[in-house]
Amino acid sequence: MRKSLLALAAGLLLAGSVSAASAADKLKVGFIYLGPIGDLGWTYQHDLGRQALVKELGDKIETTYLENVPEGPDAERAIEQLVRAGNKLIFTTSFGYMDPTLKVAKKYPNVHFEHSTGYKRDKNMSTYSSKWYQGRYIQGLIAAKMSKSGVLGYIGSFPIPEVVSGINATILAAQTINPNIKVKIIWANTWFDPGKEADAAKALIDQGADVIMQHTDSPAAMQIASERGKFAFGQDSEMIKFGPKTQLTSILDTWGPYYIERVKAELAGTWKSEDTWGGLDSHMFAMAPYTNMPDDVKKIAEDAQAAITAGKLHPFRCPVIGQDGKEVECKGGANLDAGQILGMNFYVKGIDDKLPGK
Amino acid sequence: MELIEAIILAVLAASTPLLIAATGELVTERSGVLNLGVEGMMIVGAACGFGGAWLTGSIFIGALFGIVAGALMSLVFALMALGLAVNQVATGLALTILGVGLSGLIGAGFVGERITPAAHLYIPGLTDLPLIGRVLFGEDAFVYFSLALIVGVWWFLYRTRAGLILRACGDNHVSAHALGYPVLRIRTFAVMFGGGCAGLAGAYLPLAYTPFFIPGMTAGRGWIALALVVFSSWRPGRLVVGAYLFGAVTILQLHAQGWGVGIPSQFMSALPYLATVIVLVLLSRARAGGSTAPAALGTVFVPDR
Repeated sequence: MRKSLLALAAGLLLAGSVSAASAADKLKVGFIYLGPIGDLGWTYQHDLGRQALVKELGDKIETTYLENVPEGPDAERAIEQLVRAGNKLIFTTSFGYMDPTLKVAKKYPNVHFEHSTGYKRDKNMSTYSSKWYQGRYIQGLIAAKMSKSGVLGYIGSFPIPEVVSGINATILAAQTINPNIKVKIIWANTWFDPGKEADAAKALIDQGADVIMQHTDSPAAMQIASERGKFAFGQDSEMIKFGPKTQLTSILDTWGPYYIERVKAELAGTWKSEDTWGGLDSHMFAMAPYTNMPDDVKKIAEDAQAAITAGKLHPFRCPVIGQDGKEVECKGGANLDAGQILGMNFYVKGIDDKLPGK
Repeated sequence: MELIEAIILAVLAASTPLLIAATGELVTERSGVLNLGVEGMMIVGAACGFGGAWLTGSIFIGALFGIVAGALMSLVFALMALGLAVNQVATGLALTILGVGLSGLIGAGFVGERITPAAHLYIPGLTDLPLIGRVLFGEDAFVYFSLALIVGVWWFLYRTRAGLILRACGDNHVSAHALGYPVLRIRTFAVMFGGGCAGLAGAYLPLAYTPFFIPGMTAGRGWIALALVVFSSWRPGRLVVGAYLFGAVTILQLHAQGWGVGIPSQFMSALPYLATVIVLVLLSRARAGGSTAPAALGTVFVPDR
């Protein structure tokens, strides 16, 4: 009931926010957002990307976005609405839009689609994502150095591979500093609920964690860590405002250059279906300044960032030992291959918890 | 010991917005009006409450802004559903949609701003007592107010003549009207009380819980408050049980995950809903007899003059 009501609400809201067509010769580019653009996290960063796009190519294109679009069947209607409004290139910016995007893509072969963080593609549907686990690895190093209690707190959203690989990268990095490091994981089972995220952060701190990391979208956890005098990492976006003495760093999604590149290709008629998975060596994400840490920790972080960027350090270099104590098959030569990381559904050794659904 | 205290503190904080919003809706429904717009009134209360506190630097003024905003929202509902006798369910849903959009608009100017959250009570000696000190004597004003509010509502509904009349309107508006009571005026007041409470509950989130405003930050709490009213079978006492139970299971499941109990987190996340529904249904079954819902709930009343 609640979900369908929210969906209904969102549907009606977005019906109002589709802007009307004006100049006919401009390329129309559409965006589907999961949250409100003011979420200060995931959707906010995507919209910054869109704004960068408008700034760069504003005279040639016209953008439209729909915010607060729920994942699932309702998304299909929203995407189709953008198609009908004449958008020729449509970015759908959340994992849960994967199947709806694919469905609409099959129906409209002349429209190009770009789906963020998914793995299903088609002739007219690309995917794009970032190797955030590289950033998580750096965070793991910092966390292990900064933690006095040796217990890290991790707030997960949903146990999907992207989140699981982030947890594993964090703990693998932390173990190189402190082999006995512990991580407590709480799944919020939501991407966005500031109250619940705050409650999870409180629970983790009350249970002894002194560095909080999150894979949910609001700055609530940062704010709680700040209140309690602990450390935390931001998520997606710069969150230092919510913890000037708390934020160690944050993984910043920087979608602008990618959006500009893809729209330029569309304008030039050279757009084709691709799978883009950008790491620190690309322009897909960046690390916020390393703050609130001593210089030696900062140096460790910067060195790791340089090594990962140069391709000399891989967070999932073999051997990777699974939770069961067995070595994970090393399909990528010296490290796990892309498929293993993108489909990661196991915890590494050193995590006491059980992965939900395993 | 400290952990238990921390858990109880978190439970009280998590339950308070639910309790305040549900208390208001209980009064509204007891007068025979079903206002499904709680979520919308809450989020507007959150935006205005934060705005008020941010502009003036006073949490108290922020809370007042929240109450007034919620009451004004409910007045829109009252005009439609009572004045024009429009379907209450549809009007309530529309109110939620309006509220979600409006709050984004109101809040756009101060997304990302921070305020100092509501102060917690501190009484030297008492607040420092182990285990119960901070729980009993170290809360913020909202927590104490929410408890006073529900006691006040209970007293009003069952111990005053005005409360009896309000309940009469909810059970049989024709009879109440025949006896000369201004049914629509009484209902309007009840709706506005509900709106004020929802606005205050919404304002609690950015003023005390997470001191910043983000669109959509109520995250469905208004719907939970609505459900609590139904499952408490419109009784203030059970409402308190339901709200605190929901808050308690929400917090405990987070802690259980941190301890690594090994129960799938998806199930744990569903637990607050399950536990609350089961307990409240058992409670209302245990006391047999007596219909629960106000008999005229959600029905349109047009007085014949």
